[in-house]
Amino acid sequence: MTQIQEIFDLYDTMEKKNIMLSFKGDMSSELLSSILLIIERKLDLFGESAKVKKRMFNILVECLQNLHHHIERPPEGSGEDTPSVIVMVAKNVTGYSIITGNFVLTNNADMLKERLEEINGMTKDEVKDLYKSVLANGKMSEKGGGGLGMIDIARKSGEKLEFGFIPFANGSSFFSLNVKVKQD
Amino acid sequence: MENISIDGTPKTPTVNFNSESGVLLIKGRSIPENSIDFYKPLFQWIDTYAQSAKDKTEVHMQLEYFNTSSSKCILDVFKKLEQIKKAGKDVSVIWHYEEDDEDMLEAGEDYDAIIDIDFDMVKVEEL
Repeated sequence: MTQIQEIFDLYDTMEKKNIMLSFKGDMSSELLSSILLIIERKLDLFGESAKVKKRMFNILVECLQNLHHHIERPPEGSGEDTPSVIVMVAKNVTGYSIITGNFVLTNNADMLKERLEEINGMTKDEVKDLYKSVLANGKMSEKGGGGLGMIDIARKSGEKLEFGFIPFANGSSFFSLNVKVKQD
Repeated sequence: MENISIDGTPKTPTVNFNSESGVLLIKGRSIPENSIDFYKPLFQWIDTYAQSAKDKTEVHMQLEYFNTSSSKCILDVFKKLEQIKKAGKDVSVIWHYEEDDEDMLEAGEDYDAIIDIDFDMVKVEEL
């Protein structure tokens, strides 16, 4: 396959999937601010309701800050050696999707998986109560550890979280998360 | 004691803490990556203020957005204010939210449920 073809295929995929923004690399504080600004402007341009704009902004902040705090090196032999994450924001018929991907240590992956399954098994009111109880009593780990952040993402989204893990050698797993925000 | 007057940025709120009037204001966005760095001086100010607090302290919260890392710090601000109330002083929180922002109203209700201070929920057109 020629390089030109690859570029077009990438463009075509992004076009067909209505990707509003896509980034792969290191999630710095400055980049995080820029992404928030871009998405805010695009949602304004779409004439999106204030409620959906706020939800999108809130969830995006939590997702990007998770990536910022939990950035891990890709496993050896994957052809990369710098810490790197992927983030995409897509528009679909019912609303929006915020998609993230990053490497996590497999030990943490197991904890995270358990946590996410627990949240997904809860009703909206139970998620709300869990948020309140973790806020009031729960000691967050230094890096958050999928604590309040994930609960808040689930609460604001109101939809089940889609997620998956691809295990790699050397105790590393690729974690992907798809958070949906429905329009009114 | 010195009052606190901090201008807002895209990631941190405007803060005005006035020890003479007993009026404390936090307004805007609170989404820093490291919230403790931002809130630490505010905690210290409240600790000092608590030693000679006004009979009536009014806290105006006018937040547009806050992240979960700030939510813990905001809780700690309220916990310190709760101590002032426990010492016999009058403390109230006026929690502002935009009319279409039920998430912000719920956030205020969460704090109201956790903290033993009177919360006044005030709906505004725009913050």
